[in-house]
Amino acid sequence: MGDAEQAKASGLDVAYVAHLARLHLRDDEIALFQGQMEQIVHYVEQIGKLDVDGVAPLSHTVSVSNVWREDEPRPGIDHGKVMDNAPEQRDGLIAVPKIVE
Amino acid sequence: MVYETTIGLEVHVQLKTRTKMFCGCATGYGEAPNTLVCPVCLGYPGAMPVMNREAIGLTVVSGLMLGCDIAHWSKFDRKSYFYPDMPKNYQISQYDKPLCLGGGVKIDLEDGTEKTIGLTRIHLEEDVGKNTHFGASSGVDFNRAGHPLMEIVTEPDLSSPEEAYAFLQALKQILLYAGVSDCNLEEGNMRCDVNVSMRPVGQQELGTKAELKNLNTFKGVFHALQYEQERQAALLDRGERVVQETRRWDPDRGETSSMRTKEDAHDYRYFPEPDLLPVVLEDAQIDAWRKALPEAPRERRARFVQTYGLPAYDAGVLVAEREVADFFEEAVRAGGNTKAVSNWIMTDVLRVLSEKGVGILALPLTAASLGALTKLVEDGAVNMTGAKEIFAVLANKGGDPARLLDELGLAQVSDTGALEKMVDEAISANPKSVADYRNGKAAAAQYLMGQVMRLSRGKANPPMVLEMLKQKLDQ
Repeated sequence: MGDAEQAKASGLDVAYVAHLARLHLRDDEIALFQGQMEQIVHYVEQIGKLDVDGVAPLSHTVSVSNVWREDEPRPGIDHGKVMDNAPEQRDGLIAVPKIVE
Repeated sequence: MVYETTIGLEVHVQLKTRTKMFCGCATGYGEAPNTLVCPVCLGYPGAMPVMNREAIGLTVVSGLMLGCDIAHWSKFDRKSYFYPDMPKNYQISQYDKPLCLGGGVKIDLEDGTEKTIGLTRIHLEEDVGKNTHFGASSGVDFNRAGHPLMEIVTEPDLSSPEEAYAFLQALKQILLYAGVSDCNLEEGNMRCDVNVSMRPVGQQELGTKAELKNLNTFKGVFHALQYEQERQAALLDRGERVVQETRRWDPDRGETSSMRTKEDAHDYRYFPEPDLLPVVLEDAQIDAWRKALPEAPRERRARFVQTYGLPAYDAGVLVAEREVADFFEEAVRAGGNTKAVSNWIMTDVLRVLSEKGVGILALPLTAASLGALTKLVEDGAVNMTGAKEIFAVLANKGGDPARLLDELGLAQVSDTGALEKMVDEAISANPKSVADYRNGKAAAAQYLMGQVMRLSRGKANPPMVLEMLKQKLDQ
């Protein structure tokens, strides 16, 4: 089975996801990860065999909600320290390769 | 071929909070770059976001003002995003469980009818940093990164650039009334993405749409839509297809151009934000917010027409700004004559505000003093000429109208004897005008009237003078 067909069968396409995530993978890496990821997906798929009728969907595993703060300002990081993390700078801005939208 | 246009908007509104959405950094505009930042809004690894409760509240208030259903259970999601102005490579947003669903905004159409523009949803997310472009590089300021940003998504209910413009005006007015945002367009408080497509009239399915990104003025939205209408109609006329793509509006050249984004750029790979817990809102809490809502501008306009008997147009002008409408009602409560207060605000007050470039609260003139001034006019203590002089002082320095009346010596002359002397003088000094009037030129009376006002140095009671003049001339 070729990579593309394999991807279709499992609904998982490592090459596409890597592209979306701006990961540059070699062909042999794509093949390797495709196989490994398939295994993980198949493993997790076992959960599909369970009868979950009447079980509410869950997006968080802890039953806590409304964890928030009041709208009170707090000091952040000193500008100089922020810029210590910026290899390229210009006019107090963090310089990056030209952004093309 | 005749086409109809279908428009949907996504309006991003910066909320008026003191701090950012997920960290305690102060919000601010125009500060030195990268000074309102911390590990959370800089996307440092391991930094944990904590929700700003006020931002949730302001979003719910917005939703209630716009007639939305408020979600009892809501959550945040990560949206993949690969630009340097959001360095953690995802934006925290809301995907399938936004805070507000449905709702609508009413606009007035040119034919006098009303149309409701449906809303799909309102969700809450974090703003991104601000980019400045240099020749070979770009610079990022993260002060704006993490500012609470509300995204209001409309249904594709708008059918012309005019409607889109009216919608944005109405939406801004409501949000200002609600006090949830400053809605200052120059500071980027409101930014708009536009989806627009065209189809032959009568065709069922929608045409292929173009998306216009990041329009930061309402005029820009209007002109970009006008341009797109022409561009798409021309393509369709030639039998060509509209390509589904994102386009950039260039306000200087007055045209849109393709941004050539990749087709899969919209595959955002949303998934629940594991670092934030859901927002659960009880009915009691939502009702408390609902009870505290201000009157909406349209309702206020209707009430002004009903309660004060104002023409709809005048009421519309008065309620356009909440502070102006408050000022009007306060002046009326202070005993001002309704129609007179309305006229003063619509002409003199708004003129002074635009000359000075300030809001009504910054004016030395108070609502009580404007009310008192209209009373002086109503009681015949001063005529309009004198009242305008008093107003000029009130607008610049403030003060008590009755005292100014004395100080400026503007008390209206309503004494019959004194007026009669002046009327007689004007008549005997202007025999030609008298003859003209008697020969049927009614306008000659106005000239004579002007002469009497001049003799009284503007203080004569005009209706009394006119009455007296007519009596004497018609004899």
